[in-house]
Amino acid sequence: MAETHSLQDLQQPAVSSKVFVQRDYSSGTICRFQTKFPSELESRLDKQQFEETILTLNNLYAEAEKLGGKSYLEGCLACLSAYTIFLCMETNYEKVLKKIARYINDQNEKIYAPKGLLLTDPIERGLRVVEFTIFEDRSIDSTR
Amino acid sequence: MKSREYQQIDPQAPPTPTQTPLPHHHQADGVDRRKEPRTPRRKWEVFPGRNRFFCDGRIMMARQSGVFPLTLGLIFLTSGLFFIFDCPFLVKHLTRCIPAIGGVLFVFVLITLLQTSFTDPGILPRATPEEAADIERQIDDTGNTSYRPPPRTKEVLINQQVIKLKYCFTCKMFRPPRTSHCSLCDNCVERFDHHCPWVGNCVGKRNYRFFYTFIVSLSFLTAFIFGCVTTHLALRAQGGKGLVFALQESPGRYPYMPNVFKLSLTHLFTAVELAICFFSVWSILGLSGFHTYLVASNLTTNEDIKGSWSGKTGEGVTNPYSHRNIFINCCSVLCAPMPPSLIDRRGFLPADESAQTSGVDIELPNLNNKSEINVCTQETKGLLESAALSPLLATSCPQGKPQTALSCPDNSPALKSDPSLELSQRRGQAHPNSKTYGSTSPLRTYTGLHKHKRASSHTARLTFDSHVSPDGDHGSKPKGHQGTKFATLH
Repeated sequence: MAETHSLQDLQQPAVSSKVFVQRDYSSGTICRFQTKFPSELESRLDKQQFEETILTLNNLYAEAEKLGGKSYLEGCLACLSAYTIFLCMETNYEKVLKKIARYINDQNEKIYAPKGLLLTDPIERGLRVVEFTIFEDRSIDSTR
Repeated sequence: MKSREYQQIDPQAPPTPTQTPLPHHHQADGVDRRKEPRTPRRKWEVFPGRNRFFCDGRIMMARQSGVFPLTLGLIFLTSGLFFIFDCPFLVKHLTRCIPAIGGVLFVFVLITLLQTSFTDPGILPRATPEEAADIERQIDDTGNTSYRPPPRTKEVLINQQVIKLKYCFTCKMFRPPRTSHCSLCDNCVERFDHHCPWVGNCVGKRNYRFFYTFIVSLSFLTAFIFGCVTTHLALRAQGGKGLVFALQESPGRYPYMPNVFKLSLTHLFTAVELAICFFSVWSILGLSGFHTYLVASNLTTNEDIKGSWSGKTGEGVTNPYSHRNIFINCCSVLCAPMPPSLIDRRGFLPADESAQTSGVDIELPNLNNKSEINVCTQETKGLLESAALSPLLATSCPQGKPQTALSCPDNSPALKSDPSLELSQRRGQAHPNSKTYGSTSPLRTYTGLHKHKRASSHTARLTFDSHVSPDGDHGSKPKGHQGTKFATLH
């Protein structure tokens, strides 16, 4: 099949495909992603590396949504103030989301970019999926 | 040197694609608007659901505000009458705390009402075209491909209960558990409770606590005002010859009124307050009680009405989300960490997307089926977005130049008019070509489906979801995609 490209394609890596890791609802509505290794990534990535990333993300989301003394206190104070503190204060969830964004950025720089992959922050996809973008390896396309 | 077959070279393309917005470009005419990016647009301006946005995306409501103005009006009216006509008397005869308590309750009610109405209830953004294609592919691999596919469901096991996840045809994804698609707002809302016309918004995961606090504080406020008004009239009656005298007191104010009907205005308004409070206190108290029960059992109104966990199906179904402890249930519903808004309202659209979405308009007036308009505008926009973002479609397409023009991911202004032209060309030959699209590779399925919709519904793999309900608004919906604010539509 002939590949078609425009002038722009030479200047940026072309997206070959996207792989989506769906949510795992076995524990309820909390934010967890499936740790099943997608077959499309087999050529690019270790299973262990993938699982480590997904498990870390799951743990971070669990930390954000954790029901504990601290979250109850935050909730009660918020209720007493008619929830106006949400306008002034950054919630714990938002803090953890920033942590997650830093983690993903870090992973992309260190691990995924050298392998031609890009991990998209799930928050940009409405916490539905973890999206892996596979960039085609240009150096092997010269035979086409 | 790599040998590639160039099917399109755009000499006008800038050397490096840029995603930064170019606000200094002026608009010479309508055509230029599509070629050059305008001032950067925010994502709320192209939000596909039926919502209204204010303050540049900070505030959102359902498009139909329902009786929200009435709710506000009644609260202000009753509280205003209370403060003006009852408080002075009660402060004199009872205690100064009365207006203080009333004031605190009133402020609480108002703030929580506004928060319920103006907060994102937990809307799930619609699936991107790539995600939708991926899901379609998975469904096709496992299911059948008869022309009328069965309702798509997926089963998951949550706490030893089998839960069926339904596929939302509008949002193109499997709805998470407890998520429901609101037909009034045309959005999937997480932990959907109900669409409340009194607050003019859906009640879902993110604003349920505001809603609950609102109805509880409102029941306290109405009960308090009712009590104060009754006390006021009772005290006046005690000072005279009974309630009738109390109502007829101070006739000197209006000397020209007949004696029998010498209700001073004070007492007329007091009577009005009494009537409003009497009728509302029962309904609001009842509602508060009902929602307290829901909170304690970690249920939503939607689930309660449908009887999802009440065992109507026969087997011992229990609520898998309940923590089996009333206190923990209450805490998890009302005091859980506040989830973030998943629709990035104030984020900027990438420059090429915002310019392309304005190119959708010219196709829309030709559609004759109103429900198709609603879905098609979104599909067309999705098509253009996928064209901007997915060179995948280019590489997998066996066809020649026209397809490439649609699918190349560059920012060249010249291409921006092409998708629209492509669509008009396709429309003309919709019927003969519709079947060919359906038979190509699954990765092409998504683009092919748009043509199916326009041509004939019988070949569509995507059937219309019942939630895409045609209504009178759809006739003017195309205008909404011209880049004007959604808020100004209706």
